[in-house]
Parts: sequence; C-alpha cells; structure tokens
Amino acid sequence: MADQDGPRRVAPKTAFFNDPKIRSIIYQLIVMGIIVAFVVAVAKNTAANLAAQNKTTGFDFFVQPSGFDIFFTLIPYDRTSYYWEAFVVGLLNTLLVSVIGVFFATILGFIIGVARLSSNWIIAKLAMIYVEMMRNIPLLLQLFFWYTAVLKTMPNVKGSFVWFESIVLNNRGLYLPKPVPDDRFIWVVGAITIALIGTFTLKYWARKRLEKTGQRFPVFWSSVGLIIGLPAIVWLLSGTNLTFDIPTRQGFNYKGGVGLPPEFMALLLGLVLYTAAFIAEIVRSGIVSVDKGQTEAAQSLGLKDGDRLRLVIIPQAMRVIVPPLTSQFLNLTKNSSLAAAIGYPDLVSVFMQTTLNQTGRAVEVVFITMSVYLTLSLLTSAYMNWYNSRVAMVER
Amino acid sequence: MKNKIVTVALSATFGLMASTAMAGTLEDVVAKGYIQCGVTTGVPGFALPDENNNWAGLDVDYCRALSAAIFNDPDKVRYTPLNSTERFAALSSGEVDVLSRVTTWTMSRDTQLGFNFVGVMFYDGQGFMVRKEDGISSASELSGASVCIQTGTTTELNAADYFAANGFEYNPIVFVERDEVLKAYEDGRCDVFTTDASGLAANRSKFADPSAHVILDDIISKEPLGPVVRQGDDTWFNIARWTYFALLNAEELGVTSANVDEMLGSDNPAIKRLLGVEGDFGSPMGLNKDWAYQIIKAVGNYGEIYERHVGPNTPLGLERGLNALWTQGGIQYGPPIR
Repeated sequence: MADQDGPRRVAPKTAFFNDPKIRSIIYQLIVMGIIVAFVVAVAKNTAANLAAQNKTTGFDFFVQPSGFDIFFTLIPYDRTSYYWEAFVVGLLNTLLVSVIGVFFATILGFIIGVARLSSNWIIAKLAMIYVEMMRNIPLLLQLFFWYTAVLKTMPNVKGSFVWFESIVLNNRGLYLPKPVPDDRFIWVVGAITIALIGTFTLKYWARKRLEKTGQRFPVFWSSVGLIIGLPAIVWLLSGTNLTFDIPTRQGFNYKGGVGLPPEFMALLLGLVLYTAAFIAEIVRSGIVSVDKGQTEAAQSLGLKDGDRLRLVIIPQAMRVIVPPLTSQFLNLTKNSSLAAAIGYPDLVSVFMQTTLNQTGRAVEVVFITMSVYLTLSLLTSAYMNWYNSRVAMVER
Repeated sequence: MKNKIVTVALSATFGLMASTAMAGTLEDVVAKGYIQCGVTTGVPGFALPDENNNWAGLDVDYCRALSAAIFNDPDKVRYTPLNSTERFAALSSGEVDVLSRVTTWTMSRDTQLGFNFVGVMFYDGQGFMVRKEDGISSASELSGASVCIQTGTTTELNAADYFAANGFEYNPIVFVERDEVLKAYEDGRCDVFTTDASGLAANRSKFADPSAHVILDDIISKEPLGPVVRQGDDTWFNIARWTYFALLNAEELGVTSANVDEMLGSDNPAIKRLLGVEGDFGSPMGLNKDWAYQIIKAVGNYGEIYERHVGPNTPLGLERGLNALWTQGGIQYGPPIR
C-alpha cells in the first residue's frame, strides 16, 4: 500500500524542448512576437511614408474650426464649430438612425417571421415573397430606390401635402408640429417616472402573488392605466401649458416644428425593410426549433394560448433567436454607413468624407472611424451576450 | 493558414515600403511607358469620354501635352477617373502621376497635403444654378434655400462662408458623386445647385432641358483650377509646370498646331527657342530639345485647347474672360523661355 502515496506514474524524463507544454508556449510566444513586430513595422512605415510625402499629420485638426455646414444635426452646429463637433454630429446621426432602425426592424421582423408560419396560405406566401425579395437585392440599390421613390413621389414645396394645417409632407421632408411645454412640464416627467417604477413593482408583486396563491392579476391593463393615467392627471392638476411649434412656409422651405429630411426617411426605410427580412428568418427558425411536443405538453397542462407562447415557446425560441439577432443589429449599424450615398450626414459622410477631405488626414480619420464602428459593435455584442446569458437555457 | 498570414504580412509590408521610393516620377513614367493621369469622373469640357470612348477635355489635353513632351506621342496616357474624395489619396499614394482634375489651388492643399500646384489651367469662380420657374435673379434671394453640393470640395466651404457672411440660412445637401448631386437637384430635392461656374455651364449642357435652368451672375469665390503633382520631386514638377507655360507661350507667339512646322523656320528668336531650333531647353529637364514642338504639334496651344473644349463655340460657351492671355485683357501669363 505504501506505493500508493508516492507518484503513481513518473513521466519519463524528456528534454525540455520536447515537452509539448513548453513547446506550445514557445510557439505561441514566437507567433505573438511576429505579430507585434509586424504591427510596429506597419505603424513605423506608415509614419515614415507620410513624412516622406510631406504630409501634415496628427490629431490637432480636431480643435480647428470646420468651415462647413451640416443640414441635419441633433446638437447646435455651424461653420464656426470645431471638427470634433462635426464628428459628434456624425456619430449622433449614425446612432439615431441605427437605434430607431433596430427598433422597427425587430418589430417588423417578428411580425413577418410569425406570418411566414401562419396557417393562412396567402399571409405565409406574402411573407415569403417579402423575405426573398428584400434579402436578395443589394442594400445600396434599395437605398437608391427608396431615395428616388421618396423624391419622385412627393410633391415640391408649393404642392405640399398638408394635414390638419400642421403636418406637412413634401420632397424636402416630413414636418411635424413640435410640442413646446412650459416649466411645469417637469411634474409630468416626474409622474411618468413614478408610473414606470410603479409598473415594475406591480409586475413583481403580481408574479409573487401568482406563485403564492395562484391568483392572476391583470398586470397589462393596470400598467397601461398607470402609465397613461397618472401623467394625465398630473398634467391637468399642474395646469401645464403645452403649445405647438407648427411648421410654416417661409420662402423656399417650411420652417419650425420637427423636420425629418427625405435622406433620413429613405435610409431608415431601406435599413428597416432590409434587416427585417433577415430577422424574420431568424425568428422563424427560432420558433420552428421548439419541439412540437412542448406545445402539446403546455396544452395538456391547461395553459392558455397566450401563456403557452409567453411561458413555454418564446423562452425556448429565444435561445436560438438571440445570437443571430445580435449580428443583424450589428449589420444594421454598419450598413447605416451607406448613408453617404444618399446624402444623409452620418459619421461616414460627415467625418470620413468631408472632414477627411478638408483636412487631408486620411490615416487618422479612417482609423478613428473604424474604431468607432468597432466600439459600437462590441458594445452591442456585450449587451446582447448579457441578454443571451439571461434567456439561455439553464442546464440542470 | 500560417503561410497565408505570412504572405499577407509580407506583401502588406513591402507594399507600404514600395511607396517610399517615389522621388523619380519621370524615370517611373519613362520605364512604364505611359503617364497615369487622374481626371474627373465626367465633366463636359474638362474630362469626359467622347463618342469613340476617348477621354477629351481641357484637363485631358493637359495630360496629352505632358505625354507629347515626354514621349513625342500625346496618347501615352492612361486615365483614372476620381471623385472629389478620392483624388488626393490617389495622388499621394502614387496611384496617379499627375492630378488634372478641376482642383482648386488653396493654401492648405498646397502646404499640408504634400502637393505642388503646377499652375492655373482655368481661372474659375463659384456660382449658383436655379430653376427658371422659381423666378430668382440674384444670389441675394437664396436665403432659406436647399443647396446641392459635392462633398470634400472648396465649394462646400465657400457656400458656408457666403451664406454666413450674408446672414442667410440654408440646407447643404451633400453627396459624394457629382452625378448624385445633379440627380438630387433635378429631382427637386434642392432649389440650388452650386459649383464652379464652368462646372455649372458644363452640367447644364447635360440636362434634358438646359433652358429650364438659370446660372446666376453672382460669383462668390476665386477658384484657380490647375494640375497637381506630389511635392518633393522637382524634376517632375518642372516638367509639369513648363508644359503648361509652353502652351501659354505658344499662344502668345502665335504658334499653333497648324503652323508649327512653318514656324520652325521663323526668324523670331523667342519662337526659335520655344521650338528647340535655337538652344536646348529640353535636356536640363530630362526631355528632348523639341519637347515644346511636340506638345504644340499634338495638342495645339492654350488658346486652341480652350476653344476646342470650353470656348464660345462649344456647348459650354464660356468666354475667355480671365483666361485670356495677359496681352488680351486676361491674366494667363507664361514666363519667358530663355
């Protein structure tokens, strides 16, 4: 029994360079060294070449006045603003169209995806035609199509469509009245916040109660009541005065209100319709991946239709849906860089086209632009991975 | 897999290194047998493929003149169409040997981008085009207008300056390609199309109904357009610059493509020097003695080029104006060849 305490088997003595562990470490160090040396060489070479071309380099242009104007900005900006402000304008415009695009593409994608599984023959076929058409035509062509369609079908400024004397639509964009609340509106904002917190608390409480007593509470309708009702009451009580800034025609164009240029609408339309086709397929695959037995098991447990979807089918489908959905969100954000082709001032248009040209700092500007898209994509991925870890099936 | 990475790495490294050795443009051009010339993607009168699919225009003829001076043959040129955002990168990376592409000479481009401007092939200024039906007669009526502009141009900056100086509001709608700018203007997205006045005339000639559009008289900027070469290669810069001056001197001395052979027997010493009959001004630049003769024989003098592509008898119909010789009220002036 004594030999059980000692080493059971002594590895035969080998030279250290024959030890697979040490070998693999050495190989990895060599590969790492080559990569680092390569990156350093490229960086040095680039700097040397730029100097040899007598080019001015560096990032100091960021604090120079830009000298150009941008027609669609979320922050105040004019020709005396700095290049870094132009960068922010472009970044915000990219984020704006991406976030709104992701929102609508997800909704439309889910609807179409479910429609493809519909037992109604016409609905299923229409959804199929939609998916096949949208995802098989290059996005750039679709953008040109929508942009031309928007411009060609809309009337000019003189012949604008005007509804309720406040909503204006023409080939310069869609103009909506802009609500201008007074100072007391802060109370309404407070009420909305409280209503949202209340809704979450209510949902939590209702679940606890369901688990404890088996009794249901109509969470949805009471939440709707809370979110709409509470702010409405506060509004009336506080006597907040809400006026509207209505678009009016001045000279060439309409002014005032909220103006959405046709470039924005065409880009959003193109991105949403294109990405929704891919999301629809992902949703369909997710739902189909859930075994039919799950539906039958849920039915035999006596779950209602809605509960069956919400508690049994969708949680299992989400495991399949979320990872590819993430890459669609990333695609949409990256595809928004095609905006430059139809004149929407996104990051690529403002920064990588105009700024690059006016400053001539090609390497710096392209590097920053790539870093921005990389950062946006990594952030989206990180969030979706976190969400995925929540919906992923817990193996027991 | 590893082999692939190494190949890519090596080719990328050597690709970058190769561009360091760029000083001897003339040697490179002679060795490869042609000039790579960067031109516009299509502006009538300046650079546009004709019905036989040959590039033609004022900018193109400059490259042909350069080719005649070097190769005794105006057709040893290959053209690279570039939009306004690609042009400078193409020149500095060595993709083109000369950029002859309605490019405005500005201080920052000359001093920060590592370029030298050869001269001014065309003195221009920025103007506005509007639709006739809008009934606008002056730029002072443009407040609040939507303006279609090509990105990365001095046009974009001049428009910002002009509207700010006059306290006007405006919406700049910016596109990468000239064709997209024009299409947006034609589709009614913009009230105004703005670029250099020559460009306005050139593009109007392409519209379905040119008479439906008016070019306003107001000129809001100075736009000296000329060929550009890389800084740091003085031999190439000299050749580029004196090719341009030879065109001007030939017009001033009355030497044309038609009479250049007669002129070889001229008694005028200035003409003799120009055509290489007296003295040798070519070899110090690395060219032949008759370099200017070859230029004039092949493409004519500056006046001939102007009349052929943008003058009053062309669809553009541009008067000489500032582009007349200094002896005729303009400011085109070639330093003497001696």
